[in-house]
Formats: sequence, C-alpha cells, structure tokens
Amino acid sequence: MNRTLTPKERLALQRVAMPELPAEERSRNFEEVNLGLSGDQALTEARRCLQCRNRPCVAGCPVGVSIPEFLDALACDDLPRSVQILRGDNALPAVCGRVCPQETQCEALCVRGIKGQAVAIGYLERYVADWAMHHPDRLLRERTPAATGRSVAVVGCGPAGLTAAGELARLGHAVTVLEALHDTGGVLRYGIPEFRLPKEIIDREVAHLSRLGVAIECNVIIGKTLTVQELRREFDAVFIANGAGLPTMLGIAGENLKGVYAANEFLTRVNLMEAGRSKESSTPIIRRREVAVIGGGNTAMDCVRVARRLGAERAMIVYRRSEAEMPARVEEVKHAKEEGVQFIMLTAPTAILGSADGWVTGLRCQKMELGPPDDSGRRRPEPIEGSDFELSAGVVVNAVGTGANPLLTATAPELDLNKWGYIVTSPEGETSIPGVFAGGDIVRGGATVILAMGDGKRAAAAIDRYLKSN
Amino acid sequence: MFEVISNEILAENLHKMVVSAPRVALARKPGQFVIVRLAQGEERIPLTIGDADPAAGTITLFIQAIGASTRRIVDTRAGGFFRDVAGPLGKETHIANWGRVACIGGGVGTAVLYPLVKALAQAGNRITTIIGARASRYIILSDHLAPLSDTLIVTTEDGSLGTRGFVTGPLDELLADRLRAPQAVFAVGPVPMMKAVAEMTRKQGIKTIVSLNPIMIDGTGMCGGCRVKIGSETKFACVDGPEFDAHLVDFDELGDRLTSYRAEEALGHPASECRLAKEVAP
Repeated sequence: MNRTLTPKERLALQRVAMPELPAEERSRNFEEVNLGLSGDQALTEARRCLQCRNRPCVAGCPVGVSIPEFLDALACDDLPRSVQILRGDNALPAVCGRVCPQETQCEALCVRGIKGQAVAIGYLERYVADWAMHHPDRLLRERTPAATGRSVAVVGCGPAGLTAAGELARLGHAVTVLEALHDTGGVLRYGIPEFRLPKEIIDREVAHLSRLGVAIECNVIIGKTLTVQELRREFDAVFIANGAGLPTMLGIAGENLKGVYAANEFLTRVNLMEAGRSKESSTPIIRRREVAVIGGGNTAMDCVRVARRLGAERAMIVYRRSEAEMPARVEEVKHAKEEGVQFIMLTAPTAILGSADGWVTGLRCQKMELGPPDDSGRRRPEPIEGSDFELSAGVVVNAVGTGANPLLTATAPELDLNKWGYIVTSPEGETSIPGVFAGGDIVRGGATVILAMGDGKRAAAAIDRYLKSN
Repeated sequence: MFEVISNEILAENLHKMVVSAPRVALARKPGQFVIVRLAQGEERIPLTIGDADPAAGTITLFIQAIGASTRRIVDTRAGGFFRDVAGPLGKETHIANWGRVACIGGGVGTAVLYPLVKALAQAGNRITTIIGARASRYIILSDHLAPLSDTLIVTTEDGSLGTRGFVTGPLDELLADRLRAPQAVFAVGPVPMMKAVAEMTRKQGIKTIVSLNPIMIDGTGMCGGCRVKIGSETKFACVDGPEFDAHLVDFDELGDRLTSYRAEEALGHPASECRLAKEVAP
C-alpha cells in the first residue's frame, strides 16, 4: 500500500474538479464535455482514498470493482497494475468512468463523503482506462485462457452483452456476439451522445474484446434472422441482452404530428446515423429554434443537450415532478443547466399542438404539485386545476421511457415473460429455457448501463457454471 | 458485406437487384423487408424482399432510385457490395385461399405487390391484378405477374399502355360485377392510391390489406419513427406491419408524416421514405 501520506495528510486533500470544455463553446459542438484529469490530479485524488478495510464503495458497485485496490495502485503510480485490477473486474471501464451514476453508487458509500466529499472514483476509473488505451505497450499481458471448447452466443452488443462476452472469453469460452444494428455498442452508440461518450471509446473497448477472441456479427436480428432455438442448437449456451424496446407513447393528442420524435429516434438519428453532426451523413434531422423534451431521466438530458447543439436557442426539459425527483445523473443536470437548457418543472403536457399543415407548434401543459409518495417512493405529482398554459415548440421529443421489445420473445414461446413482456430470470440470469440466460433492459425494463453490465457479469459466471456441469 | 449478384434495369430508375444474404434468404416470408445500408455514413433504407432463393442464398430487391441514397444503391454493379443488409423484418403476409382476390399495384408498389401475388397464387386464389403508373415506361413486372394472375390489367395516366387513367377505374368495374367481385383486396402503392382503394372497398366490406412504407430507421421497433394510426391505436409498421387492414389506416396522417423531411431533401438529403409517394398519383 502507498504509505507516503499519513491519514491526516490524505484527509487534508480536497476533491479534484473535472476540467470541462466551457459551456459556451461546447453547447455548439459535440466534443466531449469532460476533458479528463491530468496525471498529477489523478495521483493526488487517488491518494485521498483512505483504503478502508471494509471497502464500502465496492458494495455500491454493480460489477464489484476492486476500488481501493485499483486506487492504491494508481496512488503508487503503478498504472499497469491499476489497469490490470480494474479491467479484471470491469469489461468497459472507460465507458463506466464516463456514464455511471457514481454519486448514487460507489461514491455514495465512500467514507470521505460522510463529512466531506467522496473520492472521485468515477473520474479515476476513467483516467486509468484512458491511460490503458493510450499505453498498450505498457500493459501487463493478460493471461490467455485455455480454450474450453464450449461456445456461447450473446444476443446484443450493448453494455450487458459486451460485459458477458468479455467475462466468458476470459474464461476460455468461444463467444459470438450477434447485433441487430449495423454497428457495435447498442445503446452506448445509438443512445449516449458523443459529448458524453465519444464513439472512439466504444470502438477501443470493443477492439479490446476482439483481441480477447470475441467474435461480433452485426445485422443479425434474433427473432427474425435467426431464432433463439436455432442459437440454442448451434451454441452450448445463449445470453440474451437485446436491450430496450419500443418507445412508450404519451397517449395524448398530437403525438404523430411532424416534428414529434420518440427519444430513441431523435438520438439514433444523431448518434448512430450522425445526422446534424457529420457532413458525410445522409440521414436528416429536423432542427428548430424551440425544442421541448418531455421527461426527467438521462435520456431526456441527452436529448435536450443534443437539441441545444443542433442549434435550438430555447431547449427545454418539461418534467411533471420537481428537480429533486428527476432520475437523471446530477452531472447531466448540472451540465445541461450550464449549457443554457431551461428546466420547466412540475409541468405535465396534456396535448401536443399542431398547425393546419401538420407540424408541431407546441405543448398544452398543466402545472402540477407534489402529493404524498407513490409506489416508487417519490412524491406523486397532482394536477393543479385551472393552471393550463401553452408552451411554444417546433420540435417535441418524448423521453418518458420504453417498453419491452417483442421481436425475440415473439418467436420463443417457451421463454417466460412477466406481464410487461420482459424476460423472467433467476437472480443469476437463468431463463425458463435451460442454457438460455438473459440480462439488461430486456429483463429490467429501462435501467442504467452499469446495472446491465452487472447482469452481464453475473450471467457470465452462471453460464460458466452451467457449461461446467453440462 | 453482402455481394450484389446481379443488377438489372426494369424501368426508368427501377432496378432489380439480386443480393447474397443467405440467412435472410432462408428466413424470409412474403411481405417482409430488409434494411439496406450501402456504406458508412449512408442512410438505412427499408426495402421489400421481392423474392428469395434459399438454396442460392440470395434475395431479390426491387429498388427505385429517387434520392441520393437510393441512386447510389442502384449504381452498385454486380460484384459490388452492400455494407449492411438486415432482416427479414416485419410480419409475413397472412396468406389464405380467399377465392377471388384483387391485387392492386401503383408505381414501384407493384414490386412490393409481386411476392404477395406469387404467394396468393400458390395458395390457390384466382387473382385479378391491376397495375398502374404515369406512363408505359414506369410499368414494371407485368411479365412476372401475368402468369400468376387470371387477369392482368394495366393502366397508365397518359394512356401510353393499357387503359388510360388510374388503377381505381378497373377496380371500380370489378367491384360492380357480382360474378367477378373479389373476396379480398391487396393494394400497394402511393398513399393516395391506397386510400382511394380503401374507400372503394369499405362500402362493400371487402377485406382489404395495404402495405405501408413510413419513415423508418432501425426496423426493429426501437425508434418509433414508423408509427402509424390504425383505428384508435398507434402501431409501429416495422414490427406490427408493414401490412394493415386498409379500413383502419389513417392515410392522411401517414401521407403527411412522409413529408417530414421535404425541406431537408431540398437541401440535398435523400428521401427514401417518399419513394412510393412520388412515383404515381392516382
């Protein structure tokens, strides 16, 4: 352990601030907002870790990263060892270091957060992962596992699928990832914008998995191109992680007006198809001066910040509860505000308004107040009578959520589903079909990258046990 | 990468392309489509699978070049490649022996109609096929459709081939004739044509199926761009369709949504989504 500093000296160190592109500049481009820590900043921040014996932070991490250990190696300036520890626990550290809600996970449990500020574990994870990407020649060689001769099909190339693929490959199994879209990454690529997670990071993480022997095939839609039964015959085990599905409609008038997008379409056009951010892209996107995004989650923040970058002068979040109840990461809300996004809280749209020629012109809204808590534990929004007002908008984005995708499950009748159409699994990810496991949004409904990765990691362990006993 | 095996010009701007896609060829059923992306940076274009040869591992696509993206696709020569072909997508056509069936195709919609006619003929239906276009040089697949149909009627707006006028003319006569009136109607073409057909058959309560081609990106239900109003419900054409009961479709909304990117097209963006709408007005 790094003993250059006494606990008192460690306690005296203040939490590092992440260097950022100035809001004025970044709200007009798609460059990454967080610039990353310098070497000195990272070293100092790592030394703020008290190396608690009971490691509370680790319990807060859905994939159980050995946080004190990788921080200690970093504090000792032994980056190759830090990388080895981090990558041993986390298949996608450069992604998690950027998109995980650390403030509700590892950092929420950090002892230093009790009286002051938690160690910036997320920033340091990103630092170590980025260092690894730029110093391939200095990395400790990963041991090449003996091939087990067993094969696993992974359905979906998103965070759950990639994590499971990496874990299984490290155990010596032959892994093939089947992806429905034309590119890798799933929601990491089509959902999360470039300014939060550069596509290059996904490419590098995927390339790392390819070096481990993972095969990836795009344009294969399970349930259409091939069925689960066919995969079951061809492979020794199957992991289903095909992700979120159909957008949930608002169920209000005007939803099909021109200029009304579901968040997935809006983000896919810009993120995956590069509409509005690459001159080479053939895919169009509608740009307007006023854009209203309905919802309060990370997807809503992504949409509104994309809208701002596409040139919206007035980019708005319309959310029916108050800011305290918003599920979005604290950092996304902060960044959005800095970039000039307007937050219209305690406001529920009751209709989408349109012109005679079918274009959206705005929202009819109703003011809300918070009543007693509902099933989710958040205070229930209740409409205030007579508070109707109109909000002008040329583009409206619905970011209230998604439902289950039926493509795969429709052709696998022996797969048990819950009443919402999501796949039912054991805590280890086993489905009702022996040898078939599932995880991520197709099991949880819309959740986070890191929860999906946790599923992938657990399922990989369960698949390994299954393969060894069958 | 998916190799283009052959590329044949059927009519002005209308190509028949045979593409190697073994898994799609094996899984494909009539009524389904693929998403094609020519190269990096290109649009994802939904295209109906006209035919498939599982043994050869090929699918046949009928593609009309109307924008920059589709133009570049049809300019791919035999031996060239499509970077991405994903499918088969959408639900298969519900094929039954209805007895007498009328199949109506407008413009490039005729290419979408062809696999349906083939499947309906195989199921033992007696088929009257009516296809129309602006002029004779836009009439396609009549030689493919004739042997599958009891009667094949061709209409052109300028009278350069067959009956002068729209497909609705011969359909009107057919519906009025008790002995020849169909038990089911399949119609694929521009939105106004499908709407007109739906209105004509609604009165007699004849089952009418249309194949819709709204704006689409992923084709797997994820983006929601292809939503269409069917009765009081919103459906996604890519997973719930592309075929729907014509009497429940909100054609006006569909036609309007297809114009969403007209301004962007004018700035040089292609408009694959409008390729049916542009070819023929009824």
